[in-house]
Amino acid sequence: MSVVIETPRSRKRPGFNLEKYGWMYMRLSGVLLIILIFGHLFANLMVGEGIHAINFAFVAGKWASPFWQVWDVTMLVLALIHGTNGMRTLVNDYAEVEWIRRTLVWLLWIVCATLIVIGILALTTFTPCGDASSLATLAKDGANVASLCTGK
Amino acid sequence: MATATTEAPVEIGVIPSFDVTIRVRRFNPEVSEESTWQDFHVTMYGTDRVLDALHKIKWEHDGSLTFRRSCAHGVCGSDAMRINGRNRLACKTLIKDLNINEPITVEPIKGLEVEKDLVVDMNPFYQAYRDIKPFLIANDKPEKERLQSAEQRARFDDTTKCILCAACTTSCPVFWTDGQYFGPAAIVNAHRFIFDSRDEGAEVRLDILNDKEGVWRCRTTFNCTEACPRGIQVTRAVAEVKQAILRGRA
Repeated sequence: MSVVIETPRSRKRPGFNLEKYGWMYMRLSGVLLIILIFGHLFANLMVGEGIHAINFAFVAGKWASPFWQVWDVTMLVLALIHGTNGMRTLVNDYAEVEWIRRTLVWLLWIVCATLIVIGILALTTFTPCGDASSLATLAKDGANVASLCTGK
Repeated sequence: MATATTEAPVEIGVIPSFDVTIRVRRFNPEVSEESTWQDFHVTMYGTDRVLDALHKIKWEHDGSLTFRRSCAHGVCGSDAMRINGRNRLACKTLIKDLNINEPITVEPIKGLEVEKDLVVDMNPFYQAYRDIKPFLIANDKPEKERLQSAEQRARFDDTTKCILCAACTTSCPVFWTDGQYFGPAAIVNAHRFIFDSRDEGAEVRLDILNDKEGVWRCRTTFNCTEACPRGIQVTRAVAEVKQAILRGRA
């Protein structure tokens, strides 16, 4: 029933703390993410043939453009840090044992960093044109990519 | 039974009465570690407040019922409690405004340690208040009146209304889970000085609140604004302090 509260609170480093920047980050990235995510959804689902156009070739075509590469990398990094920071706040709220709190926060950032690295690797090193057998698969999927790869 | 006016013709000036169940969260550490609900059936009048019901219970039913109250008129801030799940002042809540067909629940405010029945340990709350230096900080000697325009006074008028009842702080979900958080009441009282043109301690207070347990803990849930019995725009005040920290000045 009762909650024990230690007093008084101790202040460690006056003047500087990451919380302020965390708070600002959430607001700035939030605004950018609204634009990025809805832009992404619009481009994928509304433009041209809409959702029916989405296939391997469509994605390959998008990622061939530096514009969409930058767009997607920005969205990936901003969203993952935004989400992780939000989860960190929840952990800080509800994890009462210090070592559990610490472990969870570390885990969160490790997962976040791993996903960012994997995501950026996928986005930057993506090569739709592999060997001949993968080209054959591509041809089934979309003529665009096949022609893009073979140069025809 | 339901009203005093059912049998006789309505007498002018007679206040209607009704029977109501008050369900109080009882806790006595000398008897049990667990708190329990206890129902009291009382006859109250249309002009009675929850505090009157608690008085009636204490005076006529169970003298061991423990709660704080001082002025009993919404000024001292002693009797903030959780009535029907909402933080309110018992002395400002008319029973007739609640649903009298159901038991009215009365609990201590949340997030502070319960000492007995409705009495909680207010020390952590007052400590947060002390930490934000709730007094005028001015370098010049007080040789003459410190002048202030009506506009300058209006800037922090809303936050001068605080009576330190703790209704806001103990309605805050962040405070429930993290008792180290300064809480809305402390921030409101910091706001009262930060935006006072006569005060020179804004930087000190902004620095104190720019803390891991300071304003950034606020999740803007507006519970505090809803709970405030003085109608202070608490969440707005907290947001203004955040903006001031970002600017680096009031």
